[in-house]
Amino acid sequence: MRPRHAALALLWALLATAPWWLPFVGGYTQLGSRVLIYALAAMSLNLLLGFTGGLSFGHAAYFGLGAYGAGMTLKYLAPSTPLALVVGTLAGGAAATLLGPSVMRRRGIYFAMITIAIGQLFYFIAVRWNEVTGGEDGLAGFSRQPLHFGGLTVALDDTAFYYLVLACFAAGVTVMALLLRSPLGRTWVAIRENQRRAQFLGIPVPLYVWASFAVSGTLIALAGALNALLNDFTSPQDLHWVLSGNFVIMVVLGGMRSFWGPLAGVVIFLVAQDYLSSLTGNWMTFIGLIFIVVVLLFPRGLLGMIRFKAGSA
Amino acid sequence: MSLLRLENISRQFGSLVALEDVSLEMQAGELRAVIGPNGAGKTTLFNMVSGFFPPTRGRVLFDGNPIDALSAEARARRGIVRTFQITEIFPEMTVRENICVAVETGAGVNSRPWISRAADLRVRRRVDELVALAGLAAKADRVASELAHGDQRVVEVAIALALQPKLLLLDEPTAGMGDEETEGMVGLIRRLHAEQGLSILFIEHDMDIVFGIAQRITVLDQGRILAEGTPSEISTNDAVRAAYLGEAA
Repeated sequence: MRPRHAALALLWALLATAPWWLPFVGGYTQLGSRVLIYALAAMSLNLLLGFTGGLSFGHAAYFGLGAYGAGMTLKYLAPSTPLALVVGTLAGGAAATLLGPSVMRRRGIYFAMITIAIGQLFYFIAVRWNEVTGGEDGLAGFSRQPLHFGGLTVALDDTAFYYLVLACFAAGVTVMALLLRSPLGRTWVAIRENQRRAQFLGIPVPLYVWASFAVSGTLIALAGALNALLNDFTSPQDLHWVLSGNFVIMVVLGGMRSFWGPLAGVVIFLVAQDYLSSLTGNWMTFIGLIFIVVVLLFPRGLLGMIRFKAGSA
Repeated sequence: MSLLRLENISRQFGSLVALEDVSLEMQAGELRAVIGPNGAGKTTLFNMVSGFFPPTRGRVLFDGNPIDALSAEARARRGIVRTFQITEIFPEMTVRENICVAVETGAGVNSRPWISRAADLRVRRRVDELVALAGLAAKADRVASELAHGDQRVVEVAIALALQPKLLLLDEPTAGMGDEETEGMVGLIRRLHAEQGLSILFIEHDMDIVFGIAQRITVLDQGRILAEGTPSEISTNDAVRAAYLGEAA
């Protein structure tokens, strides 16, 4: 257990100091924010995918709803960053909660197909509903607003915003860690492991899949809301199934049986994207190559392998 | 009142008749074996009691109440818990976690996102008891899929016990086990019956085990009940000898 605690302390220390050291390794603060936002998204997806066994190929829908919810709040409702985050999170969370029953009885490929279909529904709404969503051009014309703490006003420059993202990331990750250690989390893992056994223990499996779907959708919506604030922009691409697929790739790259695995997957994916896309328009080809190599060498993902070895030693 | 009562149960799969007009009554506290050649309908009978699928005709009563309309989950919550012919456990969880999930489910706390220290302590204590009862103490923290086949089957029984069943259904509990493992499982079944008064219905092919521990035996053949009685009645039953025991010997 000790090495694990040390690794965690190091991880949080690195995250807390990222704005200082990122430039020395060729990074920049916004990239750090993006990594944390996508890590929150991928870890949220992994609550459903890796810890409950539900392969969602439509999680961009809830990410995008969070983004549109936050953007539209700032644009049409009130110039408040906290309100934008809350509305975005609740919008995505409500959608996932309401749509959960339509997927909770499906398994495997059927689960994947229905989640894609639902996701694309939101994509087309965003594309067609021009007057409100900005259509294909995306939603612009809003910007994140300073935070007010009593009399203190904090302007959200890149560094301050990074710490807002870090705080949200820490909150989301803590919620997930606590859930996975609870009886509810054990039941989710049991369902992933053996649905029939769970059913014959008297566990109403669909209701638990629903709960996981709702929690996962709510947390990924928070990530989406942050992403809209990071860019002061969102577009239908944030709802598209291609992004859903990228989330799945990030999770699998890092290791879907591991709590922190998706973070590793996101770092590789985004850093490779950031670096390669400055060199070539075909950067996705290289992501594909990295994916193939990782899957061949580490069938359980990068961190999945480390944990697996540590566990058997 | 009997614990389990099957009234003229039939089950067809298309044109295949798996069970025909089977009636059976089992008292609380009974240790009963179901035997019969392959394809006799033993597992089909288990499936209808545990709620895997309903009978085509007839009805199942548990504790005096018809349960045909109840799902498998609801039956488990009422106390009918089964194991499977092919072991069904949670392979990547440790032995302790396997049992823990079942204890929490049995205690009705498994849906909680948060558990009090006191409740958690009660769960842990119960898990420890079950681990000890099943003789798995030395392997409690190992991942279940790494265990030997026989130990995995014991884990499945321990999971079932964690629900504090009123009726335990064991589908070939010693299948694929070596001598020593078989002895352990038979000892466990015997202890559960003798010390805890648990009602157990089990399917078994090994006649030494059946005649060694069962109080009553139901013999199925081609979907019908061929005979029912105490081991000595069954061993002297001509129809059974002709159709089944003679064939096995």
